[in-house]
Amino acid sequence: MLNTLVKPAQPNMYRYDEFDAQFVSERVNQFAGQVARRLSGELTEDQFKPLRLMNGLYLQLHAYMLRIAVPYGTLSSRQMRKLAHIARTYDKGFGHFTTRTNLQLNWIRLVDVPEILRELASVEMHCIQTSGNCVRNITADQFAGATGEEIEDPRPLAEIIRQWSSLHPEFVFLARKFKIAVGATEKDRAALQWHDMAVQAVKNAQGRVGYRVMAGGGMGRTPYIAHVMNEFVEREDILAYLEAVLRVYNQDSRRDNIHKQRIKILINTIGPEEMRRRVVREFEELKRMGTLQLPREELDRIAAYFAPPNFETGLSDEMPDAGPDFANWAKTNVHKHKAPGYAIATITLKTPGQVPGDATADQMEVIADLMDAFSLGEVRVTHEQNLVLPHVRKKDLPAIYAKLKELDFASPNSGLITDIIACPGLDYCDLANARSIPIAQKIARKFEDLDRQHEIGELKIKISGCINACGHHHAGHIGILGVDKKGVEFYQLILGGSGAEDASIGTIMGPGFGEHEIAEAVERVIDVYLKERNPGERFLDTYRRIGMDKFKAAAYRESQAA
Amino acid sequence: MTRLIRNGAYAEDIYAPVADDAALPDGAVIVSLARFQKERDALLARNTPIGVRLEAGQNPELLGADVSHFSLIALEFPKFRDGRAFSWARMLRTRLGFDGEIRAVGDFLYDQVNYQHRVGFDAWEVPDHFTLEMFQRALQEMTNVYQPSTDGKKTIRELRAGR
Repeated sequence: MLNTLVKPAQPNMYRYDEFDAQFVSERVNQFAGQVARRLSGELTEDQFKPLRLMNGLYLQLHAYMLRIAVPYGTLSSRQMRKLAHIARTYDKGFGHFTTRTNLQLNWIRLVDVPEILRELASVEMHCIQTSGNCVRNITADQFAGATGEEIEDPRPLAEIIRQWSSLHPEFVFLARKFKIAVGATEKDRAALQWHDMAVQAVKNAQGRVGYRVMAGGGMGRTPYIAHVMNEFVEREDILAYLEAVLRVYNQDSRRDNIHKQRIKILINTIGPEEMRRRVVREFEELKRMGTLQLPREELDRIAAYFAPPNFETGLSDEMPDAGPDFANWAKTNVHKHKAPGYAIATITLKTPGQVPGDATADQMEVIADLMDAFSLGEVRVTHEQNLVLPHVRKKDLPAIYAKLKELDFASPNSGLITDIIACPGLDYCDLANARSIPIAQKIARKFEDLDRQHEIGELKIKISGCINACGHHHAGHIGILGVDKKGVEFYQLILGGSGAEDASIGTIMGPGFGEHEIAEAVERVIDVYLKERNPGERFLDTYRRIGMDKFKAAAYRESQAA
Repeated sequence: MTRLIRNGAYAEDIYAPVADDAALPDGAVIVSLARFQKERDALLARNTPIGVRLEAGQNPELLGADVSHFSLIALEFPKFRDGRAFSWARMLRTRLGFDGEIRAVGDFLYDQVNYQHRVGFDAWEVPDHFTLEMFQRALQEMTNVYQPSTDGKKTIRELRAGR
């Protein structure tokens, strides 16, 4: 322990009142009843499946997997300690942070689930709607409330959306899953345009704050970038607008082919113009009814929970001098904070050789201590499967770095080639065609050399073990998709995707590479980039300028691609 | 066998379901949308209560102004995963101003009854083993709600404001 005298800090984040507490507790009892009915045979597995999924419970290859919601990625130290306790008590002592900023436990027993849910409820957490055909956990920019770039803190609206979408009677049996993200900056750290629906705070010409609403983005077997549904929705209208989009989706989506039931398919079939027309009709009716209007006082009331902390003043804004290793880490993993003397620090759960996004119970507890000692009791989970300490005094950074080194979480690779997103893949997942984790590990090891990583610069590798694309391969600067060919795992390369504000869908290079070839193929692609790039160009920029051909020729030069 | 629960109690079902190719019996009937559209004038001229059964893919707006002629609209759940009828019920109660009986028929679960109740259903065709006690329990599992719906139930936001 860092300092046993440090008391758990209560960060400025949403706190349950008696209504939220009762809601979650009754929901736990409801699910306990459903589990009992399943165990007694009253519910068939077919009937139980959507009920358990709505509580984040999957049946995986080896066991049940429980997905715990981390709303908009925000965790307190108390919650982090509870997650560690649950991982240790009910699982094998570790958990996996996901691209939806949730935490997955992979070795859960069904009979333990009600008790786990009670433990979670005791720290104001739940698993509601982390799976199933309903509105999923709401995600947001991990720098919310800490970056000076934002128009407003996106978390209050994310919390309002969380409450509105919790057991919404009309939308718990949608045609497919529905993912919503919220952002408030021009720079997009939340992959907004890849979501079923996204809300981005913007200012209109009069300087008034409202929301741009996008819909119809999605990964999976048919990737789409979202369309703008409305450039400016007034604040008080936002819930009515979101409900209108969901209602059109629920009414008009196909239900006859599971692969064509996401909102992206509906919008791209009828066209964005027709979709907007249908949405406006519902929206105007909802607005007239008035019951979903969001009064300023309600926004302010929720926003007050997220009030900026009392940042110390008079701190030095200089980066401390603590040696070259620290300087390297600070270069990639430390980001500008809005308050002088403060910084945002990314803890990449990606030291080469590690399973991306995994943390042990012991590591979670040490991170909880770091949160209390140095970040006002708070951490954020990112969609890139990392953690962020949002409010750190610059002078404390060397101490944080030293502690992270002990945890083996101090790799200075945020945004670099070894900061890889990977789904659990065939090591855990029932749907996967191929393993993802070993490929991520292999590539990370190949590019372990720090100077080389920094030389390559920003590069996002994203790996999925099947076309469902949980590893976001379509949005990777370099995406990798695992496929199964006659019982052998192959890996396709996809170049030119982006999950940021310049969102784009990657292009498949060609036939897949064998598991022993893929890392070398990536290396040959990188060599082309290093040779071809203009000064200041990222890999993505060079690819966009010169196209696929040179990369492709190099990648297949020595391969036995199938 | 099925039973009918209406307004929280077992109720007699006065409506005879009629297949599209069967002769119309005397008294109240439920017909498909197709049959209604084909025999609209004759059906309305009978002067007996008339119900229509809509499939999950049939938007109630297809009924047009005729919606006011029905005393019952049955919304079908072809399988419990198909949640379109949740939106249809709400549309019937709000946009279309329908105040007759909205009946849930087909494949739905105990666990969906509360959601159905919230969006405007007031009658349920349930299997024999589905008791009134179960029905009441289904409505009481969750005390409060976050979103306004057709049932007019006070939301948690309103309850907070009233503290």
